[in-house]
Amino acid sequence: MLDASNHHFDRLPAAPGVGYKPQHFSDLLENAGSVEWLEIHAENYMGDGGRPLAQLRHLSERFAISVHGVGLSIGGEGRLDPDHLARLKHLVGWTKPASFSEHLAWSTHDSAFLNDLLPLPYTDETLTRVAEHIDEVQEVVGRQMLLENPSSYLAFDESTYEETDFLREVAKRTGCGLLLDVNNVFVSATNLETDPVSYIDAFPLDLVGEIHLAGHDEDHDDHGKPLLIDSHGREVAEPVWTLYEHVIAKGGARPSLIEWDNDVPDWPTLEAEAARAAKILETVV
Amino acid sequence: MSNMKTSLAVAGAVAAALTASMTAPAHAQAKEKCYGVSLAGKNDCAAGPGTTCAGTSTVDYQGNAWTLVDAGTCAEIELPDDRMGSLEPLERDLPAG
Amino acid sequence: MIVDQGTFRRAVLSPEVDRPEGLSNGHGQPAGRRFDVYRNNVAVSLTEALETAFPVIRKLVGEANFKLLAGAFLRQHPPSSPLMMYYGTEMPAFLEGFGPTSNLGYLPDVARLELALRESYHAADAAPIDPARLQALPPDQLMASTVSLAPSLRLIRSRWPIFAIWAFNMNNGPKPQAGAEDVVILRAEMDPEPILLPPGGGAFLAALLDGATLGTAFETGMGEAEAFDLSQILAILIGANAIADLGETL
Repeated sequence: MLDASNHHFDRLPAAPGVGYKPQHFSDLLENAGSVEWLEIHAENYMGDGGRPLAQLRHLSERFAISVHGVGLSIGGEGRLDPDHLARLKHLVGWTKPASFSEHLAWSTHDSAFLNDLLPLPYTDETLTRVAEHIDEVQEVVGRQMLLENPSSYLAFDESTYEETDFLREVAKRTGCGLLLDVNNVFVSATNLETDPVSYIDAFPLDLVGEIHLAGHDEDHDDHGKPLLIDSHGREVAEPVWTLYEHVIAKGGARPSLIEWDNDVPDWPTLEAEAARAAKILETVV
Repeated sequence: MSNMKTSLAVAGAVAAALTASMTAPAHAQAKEKCYGVSLAGKNDCAAGPGTTCAGTSTVDYQGNAWTLVDAGTCAEIELPDDRMGSLEPLERDLPAG
Repeated sequence: MIVDQGTFRRAVLSPEVDRPEGLSNGHGQPAGRRFDVYRNNVAVSLTEALETAFPVIRKLVGEANFKLLAGAFLRQHPPSSPLMMYYGTEMPAFLEGFGPTSNLGYLPDVARLELALRESYHAADAAPIDPARLQALPPDQLMASTVSLAPSLRLIRSRWPIFAIWAFNMNNGPKPQAGAEDVVILRAEMDPEPILLPPGGGAFLAALLDGATLGTAFETGMGEAEAFDLSQILAILIGANAIADLGETL
């Protein structure tokens, strides 16, 4: 059955969204505030039925949906899991999301799924593999995907590309878009002692279909240097908001997601983060 | 039991069950079914806290660690075969690492 | 120095293995505990997944013991699929062979019950049968019919009082008494609920799940318990939308 209401949601609005948490289901229907769209983690909606799918069906009538995969292991050395690709195709097929994205990372090795976004060296070999995998994903799922920049805690000696160059080249070879996680940029830049503003200035902002914002934790490495952890467990940090303002001023308004996955707050706290993003987005409209 | 007797018993039971289930509460509407508790078991893309917790401590499989930290409800349950429900110290040949 | 993913994975899962060489802080110093972020993420996220999956096992052995148990389990059985909602299917078998809890003979069956609850939660939706169809069938046809049960129905048969153990830990139930218990998990709408089966109910449902006709399943139930009450169990099933269809074999 063709759902006409879905036609409003061919694209994500250049407005705030939030990562959907089931505890916010009724809040979203009653008082969404500045939140105009929702992102779901694809893997949580790959069951056969029950409440998760019922909730998603219901929400997708009201909100534009972004399907964000967290388990495909696009950077994996092995081939992509055909069963998982088929599940993604099925999910994207029935939800008809306004956006579909995954990560520049790996998580599966020899069929063991490690449930974390593990890092990749930026080499020609990785580039070829990632581009082939993205070609396959876009072919099977039948639409363009966005690829997200990772949080880095360390660097590979073997890397020969800057991350921004690597992402630009992947996009050029595959036609994929990019998802710019501004918190990840700040976390990586702090951890690897590089300049986050230079990273943004080197980033192909014209390819960015979506932005992520999230909170991080502070730890330290063996030498007492700051080591930021991409924990998604608190408010977006002030320097990340500043960096976000720079991104929006430079690249224009983009769909902007607040991610809060650990210690999930009550709805007003989460909505307040979205409202802050809305204010920044309004400055360029 | 003869076939006839069985089939009558089954038919009688179905009729009785239908009568009994008539009094069951009406089913929730589709929207209401969406509300409610969600069973956890989720994927997300966040990192865990810090660098020092579960991932880096070699699990202590030595001797008495288990009984020392035992605070479970199994101690309150006594069942035959269950040797009073308390946990045993770990044997040496148990899973390493 | 090239770090392949097999090396990375081994070091992530095994704290006693050296961190891979070829990883740095970006300025020539070895990565050191920066690598431990990944070790920690993997172990913590999988442990948390097991904690939410097996709340009763966790209560039974205690939170600190459960962390140790989870640490051993996740290294022996990392997820074999990216669907974390199904993680832990090997837990009953793992517990069968896990020394520190070997005196708690009921743990594996309790883990089966907890797994079944999650499977039921995510199982396919199915419209219940129209009771009029049941009503309309003549006795001999009814007896010769097979029964399609809802995809969310799960049956766990145990020589342990697993329902009582579940209820004691999750529902403030009374202290469990020794004895075998058969449990059916039914999902009338969206919320799976474990229900203690009356005598003969487990044998009856097992027969139906095996494809037996209603007549044969009835006799199987009667064979196990003289007190088997077919109308009682049918009322339970119908009331919880657990009968999806009839296969009429006559």
